[in-house]
Amino acid sequence: MDYGTLQGIITIIVMLTFVGIFAWAYSSRRQKQFDEAANLVFSDEEGSKATKDSGEHK
Amino acid sequence: MMNHSQPTGADYNYTVVRQFALTTVLWGIVGMSVGVLIAAQLIWPQLNFDTPWLTYSRLRPLHTNAVIFAFGTSALFATSYYVVQRTCQTRLFAPKLAAFTFWGWQAIILAAAITLPLGITQAKEYAELEWPIDIAITIVWISYAVVFFGTIIKRTTSHIYVANWFFGGFIITVAVLHIVNSMAIPVSLWKSYSVYGGAVDAMVQWWYGHNAVGFLLTAGFLGMMYYFVPKQAGRPVYSYRLSIVHFWALIALYIWAGPHHLHYTALPDWTQSLGMVMSLILFAPSWGGMINGIMTLSGAWHKLRTDPVLRFLVVSLSFYGMSTFEGPMMAIKTVNALSHYTDWTIGHVHSGALGWVAMVSIGSLYHLIPVLFGHGRMYSTKLVNVHFWLATIGTVLYIVAMWISGVMQGLMWRAVNADGTLTYSFVEGLEASYPFYFVRFIGGCFFLTGMLIMAYNVIRTVKAPDNTLPALAEAEAA
Repeated sequence: MDYGTLQGIITIIVMLTFVGIFAWAYSSRRQKQFDEAANLVFSDEEGSKATKDSGEHK
Repeated sequence: MMNHSQPTGADYNYTVVRQFALTTVLWGIVGMSVGVLIAAQLIWPQLNFDTPWLTYSRLRPLHTNAVIFAFGTSALFATSYYVVQRTCQTRLFAPKLAAFTFWGWQAIILAAAITLPLGITQAKEYAELEWPIDIAITIVWISYAVVFFGTIIKRTTSHIYVANWFFGGFIITVAVLHIVNSMAIPVSLWKSYSVYGGAVDAMVQWWYGHNAVGFLLTAGFLGMMYYFVPKQAGRPVYSYRLSIVHFWALIALYIWAGPHHLHYTALPDWTQSLGMVMSLILFAPSWGGMINGIMTLSGAWHKLRTDPVLRFLVVSLSFYGMSTFEGPMMAIKTVNALSHYTDWTIGHVHSGALGWVAMVSIGSLYHLIPVLFGHGRMYSTKLVNVHFWLATIGTVLYIVAMWISGVMQGLMWRAVNADGTLTYSFVEGLEASYPFYFVRFIGGCFFLTGMLIMAYNVIRTVKAPDNTLPALAEAEAA
């Protein structure tokens, strides 16, 4: 395999990885998990066990 | 809001956080004072008093090392040790090793403060320290990684909060960068030669140099941003999903941007072009992160009117957005042909260093110090506000002066007469820069004065008797 082909394949792999990360992060199944994670900033405070005013969940 | 309430559950290790938080203020003042001194030397060269230890060439690396590795890195130690405990809801792993990282890091700072004025240097920018100190840095840094990742492993929460991803990425990458770039053959206790030669040496150096910016001064401080902005605003981050894409895109791209420091040099052309393209793409994750931080305030914008701490954090993000727009532009080869080696570069660096790094650290410290010492707020909110304006005006004076001076220098250096000779000598360009050097000096004085006010405010807060500094209700927190 020549160097150019190898570079092409690597580019495609990297692109697919990015699309994969994007799809994983934005899949609706992870909404709840991410809401919990986002509220970790507040969850060790007195009386804030539940989620805070949680914005728009983009 | 609950910004200042005490933690429930775990009883956190705040000792090492307090130590690093206080030394951040101290080293900030030291590093910035040296900066103001060398800025003054560029106007009044007599200020080196004909002493070799006080020459610009020796103090300049002292300034950069002090602000990056003493001030900035102490802030990162303090905030990462704090954030990892609170978001993992567990105590710091290996508290003795954590104490070792504090004392070890202070010893390294002292070693730098002694060796650099003596002229002991490897002459690699931001990696000047000689090999024995480099080995000490490696040992302390690996201890830091053990403490940080050990804490993440023993966490009681199921998620690893995004701030910890950024801190973790910064810790690992800085270890790799430091070890690879510092590879040298010692010839005596205080002299060594790099194992790399020629253009390879230059490329390794700027792979290190730009990623010191990308990982230490960006990823680490983004970790700070992802905790302290939501905390101070009282709202979770705008989009947690964006923060994940932000993290992976940022760390995947930054590592390739180094060659833009070596445009039009002996570095192969294709490498320069690759560095330029990667630097341009880097604009996307940088702004993604900035927008994520600023939009966290959506619905809470009114808090900016009353809370100078939040103001620090938001303005730091604005400067971050500005300098991460400017950076990719300056990485374009044709723009770089004008900007490189001029004061524009210094202006760009300080827009990032003062506007982003220092202001996000200061904002985080103003949040952190009352919590660490059991108070509801800083001794004087008014003085925090005065500091905010001094820092903002100082930064703007600094960068505007350097923009004008830099573009002027670039244009003067490239101007040629009809017969092909240079229109201006170097000294003519230098003379034209003097007024701007003075404005820069004034900007630096503003910024440093702000830090001195901070030191006073911090001392008064630390020494205040218990229950005398209750958290203010939002409305009266002017």
